[in-house]
Amino acid sequence: MTEVTLVHYLILGAIIFTTGVIGIFLNRKNVIVILMSIELILLAVNINLVSFSIFLNDLNGQIFTLFILTVAAAEAAIGLAIIVTYYRNAGTINVEDIKNLKG
Amino acid sequence: MAIGGKIFWPLISEQINHTDNTMIAHTIFFYTFSLIAIISSILVIVSKNTVHSVFFLILDFISISCLFIMIGAEFLGMIMLIVYVGAVAVLFLFVVMMLNVAQQKNQWFESRVGYSHMPLGLIVGLVILLELIIVVGGWKYKPNLILTSSISIDQKVTNTHLIGNVLYTDYIHLFQLSGMILLVAMIGAIVLTFRKRSGIKRQSYTKQISRERIESVELVEVKTNEGVKIDD
Repeated sequence: MTEVTLVHYLILGAIIFTTGVIGIFLNRKNVIVILMSIELILLAVNINLVSFSIFLNDLNGQIFTLFILTVAAAEAAIGLAIIVTYYRNAGTINVEDIKNLKG
Repeated sequence: MAIGGKIFWPLISEQINHTDNTMIAHTIFFYTFSLIAIISSILVIVSKNTVHSVFFLILDFISISCLFIMIGAEFLGMIMLIVYVGAVAVLFLFVVMMLNVAQQKNQWFESRVGYSHMPLGLIVGLVILLELIIVVGGWKYKPNLILTSSISIDQKVTNTHLIGNVLYTDYIHLFQLSGMILLVAMIGAIVLTFRKRSGIKRQSYTKQISRERIESVELVEVKTNEGVKIDD
């Protein structure tokens, strides 16, 4: 039990992933917090890839983590730009008020 | 033990006798950092103040990058610090401050309709957690599932050196494609937040280029003591 194995890292990734998913489900007020939950989910995926890469002695996982970091940065920039534009048009970023598409 | 022994490979290759000590240190640091990461990730989604959420997100990323550095992925840990703490978190803070939502002391989970979404969301989240843990548990009973690794980690060379060796040769197309993704994101963010204001003079390139001598320069006979009227 004192030895940290791959399973420990995977469970850490699973817990952070689930925290992000719960944040998306339960949030009713703020879109920015939803974006942060998406960042948490991507972080959990990165934890999984890096720990597999280290414990299986394969570098591919770290390369893919690098690409996921790139995509996550691009996604954060675009998402925040959309939020700024929406706030300018509608005057609010409450999740409950964003229902133009009647989803 | 064979898998765990690779974690501190620089230490182990030099001083094999101290394997137990490094194992204990690794365990202690793992539990510390992962506890900080889990608590701060929970605080990200339950904080009432959005600025506090951003700060807890930063704390989360810092502790996870400490974990990465600890298990031997130093390059990714440092990149994570630079990209997330340096750029993305500052972007989040900037937007939160600009949109002025930080002052709203909101109950995040409070809905106008009621709390009817709470049990469903929690149940779905817990089901996802259980499924993930079941998958992870399955991994424990079949540890030699994938042995067809293509790029093995050479333990003589540093992590950054290894990634650089592979990234600019085997993965050069993906690397350039990720550059294109960043370019598209930059242009998209500029286009989305660009606003045309009326009432200010702007530069128009087509107007400037298509300007000709005939419509802009005119030869006028100026009479004495009368002057010329411009802009009629």
